[in-house]
Amino acid sequence: MAVRKSLTGILAAAALTAGALFATPAPAQNKTAEIKGIEIIAPANAGGGYDQHARAMQQVLQNHKLASNVQVMNIPGAGGTIGLSQFVTSRKRNPSLMISGLGMVGAILINKSPVTLDQVTPLARLTGEYQPIVVAADSPIRTLDDLIAKFKADPGSVSWGGFAVGSPDHILYGLIVKAIGGDVAKMNYIAAGAGGEMMASVLGGHITVATGGYNELASQLQAGKLRALGISAPQRVPGVDIPTFKEQGLDVELVNWRAVMAPGSLKAADKQALDEAVGAMVRTDEWKQIAKERGWIDLYLPSDQFTALLKDERARIEGLITELGLVK
Amino acid sequence: MDTLAALGHGFLVALTPYNLLWSAIGVTVGTAVGVLPGIGPALTVALLLPVTYHLEPTSAFIMFAGIYYGAMYGGSTTSILLNAPGESGSIVTAIDGHAMARQGRGAQALATAAIGSFVAGTIATVALTFVAPLMVKMALLFGPAEYFALMVLALTTVTAVLGDSLARGLGSLFLGLALGLVGIDMQTGQARLAFGVPELLDGIDTVVVAVGLFAVGETLYVASRFRFETEEIYALKGSKWMSREDWSRSWKPWLRGTLLGFPIGALPAGGSEIPTFLSYLVEKRLAKRPEEFGHGAIEAVAGPEAANNASAAGVLAPLLSLGLPTSATAAIMLAAFQQYGLQPGPTLFDSNPELVWGMIASLYIGNVLLLLLNLPLVGLWVKLLLIPRPWLYAGILVFSTLGAYTLNNNVVDLVILWVIGLVGFGMRVLNVPVAPCVVGLILGPLAEQQFRRALAISQGDASVFVTHPISAALLAVAVLLVAGPMVLRHRQRMAEKAAEKAAANKAAGRSGTTPAL
Repeated sequence: MAVRKSLTGILAAAALTAGALFATPAPAQNKTAEIKGIEIIAPANAGGGYDQHARAMQQVLQNHKLASNVQVMNIPGAGGTIGLSQFVTSRKRNPSLMISGLGMVGAILINKSPVTLDQVTPLARLTGEYQPIVVAADSPIRTLDDLIAKFKADPGSVSWGGFAVGSPDHILYGLIVKAIGGDVAKMNYIAAGAGGEMMASVLGGHITVATGGYNELASQLQAGKLRALGISAPQRVPGVDIPTFKEQGLDVELVNWRAVMAPGSLKAADKQALDEAVGAMVRTDEWKQIAKERGWIDLYLPSDQFTALLKDERARIEGLITELGLVK
Repeated sequence: MDTLAALGHGFLVALTPYNLLWSAIGVTVGTAVGVLPGIGPALTVALLLPVTYHLEPTSAFIMFAGIYYGAMYGGSTTSILLNAPGESGSIVTAIDGHAMARQGRGAQALATAAIGSFVAGTIATVALTFVAPLMVKMALLFGPAEYFALMVLALTTVTAVLGDSLARGLGSLFLGLALGLVGIDMQTGQARLAFGVPELLDGIDTVVVAVGLFAVGETLYVASRFRFETEEIYALKGSKWMSREDWSRSWKPWLRGTLLGFPIGALPAGGSEIPTFLSYLVEKRLAKRPEEFGHGAIEAVAGPEAANNASAAGVLAPLLSLGLPTSATAAIMLAAFQQYGLQPGPTLFDSNPELVWGMIASLYIGNVLLLLLNLPLVGLWVKLLLIPRPWLYAGILVFSTLGAYTLNNNVVDLVILWVIGLVGFGMRVLNVPVAPCVVGLILGPLAEQQFRRALAISQGDASVFVTHPISAALLAVAVLLVAGPMVLRHRQRMAEKAAEKAAANKAAGRSGTTPAL
């Protein structure tokens, strides 16, 4: 498609001009060799968390000469599992990477995906977001205890709004209900659509509780339109005035992490080079700045540590999804 | 007065030559991505985000707003000329818009779409300026029960596109509803009718189906007849410009389309398709010559095009006043705000008045720029139709195929496009209307989701649909829309019979019961 190419050309030219005008000081501390031609698959549409991570990586890797000619490819569908299956099955000459996250663990089970995270090499965990659960400011539920009392009195009367079935939202509610000794099978979970739609439902009092990344909810919380009952962090998050579930006596902890995966069959040398490049990337000021703006908490883990963590995390999530009765 | 002063200041910001330049770039890029299939404004803004990192936020948002509005303009062009809607908001436009093009009235169709978009965009921007908070307050009253009722109301549009045969029309509708069931069920996570194909789990893309049925089906049909019929070129009849009659038939649909589009666009689950359906329905019901609908009625282009542009402005209301992104483009704009360390929401108007008002002012300016850009282009675009038909149709196939692929970078979409295209060809041969199928496909799944959400929240109590006042009112209107014409027709027939009797008695000509034309 010639038209598209020329559009990209214009963009590239514009980028060059912008770069020249406002030249960011080139970091000199990089010793890692430049990797040529990486394709990063964002297994979702433009605009979502996966896409934003892919594009942030593209920007930082290129600006810091850690890699050249980095392309982002959006392959949306089925909670990221379409992108995953293309990532696993395609044979490319250039190294390719894929953004992944907690949501994909559930989506693989729900969608009965023929390929799983067993077929990729976990390269690094990048960031994460803790999730508060929120009610409308004028809701009769003032505290987490109110919510628990309401659920215990009549489980069906609490409508828990979240994104898709098996999503991190659903998992979080499942963990809360389990922690209070409730029956997850009685949980009235409503797949209430993506961000804006779900928030409008809780603001309008149509559903009881909603959740999402803290950053997504921050402006409504600060404006006093929503009230947070608790947050899924292990301890208080600096600058966020929401008590954790743990300090309120519930053993609930969940981070909606985002990570980057490499192909399953990866040569040791290539893996090391990519691991180092990503490690160098997360240490740049530019990456830290982007993460700060988007409200991503830096939870970088290099390949080895992330591989171990992923194993535990998958066991926990997959167990819960089975308990929720979502898969047999 | 505060608003006016702030807006005036916004114009000062937006009218600086530097920002005007970004607005012009934005609307041009927007028009281009609107015309190109498969690339929407969301992807464009995502691609541009890293590039605009070093721009002033105000300039960047002025450009993004231009892209957003521009894409809405451009979307109608392929619908009208090639019968290939680029996004779901312009599917309805294709029905009569392409029929107009085939009658040599492509220029008038494009013009009424462009001017209608301008009128709607401008009025909706005024509404965004003055009543956004109020609109959003009303939008929050909409819960699943209310949305379900709205979807049912929109579904009555199907009565306007059924065609001559009730059985064929309903058959088409049910095909659409069945296609809409394909994929993961949102509330339970169970796959339906996916036959183990993972790509079907998210359902079938409405744009792929619309392009398959409209463009591919039609093209195959024309190709199958080609040998038997002499080649006719869709000549451009008469003047390129809208006649006095075109104007007088267009201006009311523009206004009505705007009235439908803005509030529904402001609803978090409103979207751009529903107002276009409702607009089509309303125009057909109010038209002096409803029989022209489906065969190139200008009202059926003017109304829906105005509606989809007004809904685009409506989407910005919850984004700017509450920080709620309710479309893919709004979501990426939210990300853009965050890139600049801004948090849209209740406080944005106070904390960054220059940016917000500059952007709103740029919407007014962008609309004018779009009209200036698009009206002269009309003459150029319609020349496409002068291409000899074999070439033109080959081009349409290539264009549709590329578009279906770039939508999700997925080969399965191509297979769907061509299977649906063959189905569309069959429907065309059997004289089954395709529009009801598209209506069913878009509205069926939306209605089902809201219905089930409403029932889940009420724990199975179905009375929510009639005890919620908004929902009850919308359902009542839907019943009236379906039953009303039937009752009227019945009474008319009765009256005619009575008149005939009277006439027979008087042994004179029929007297005064013909409906006013």
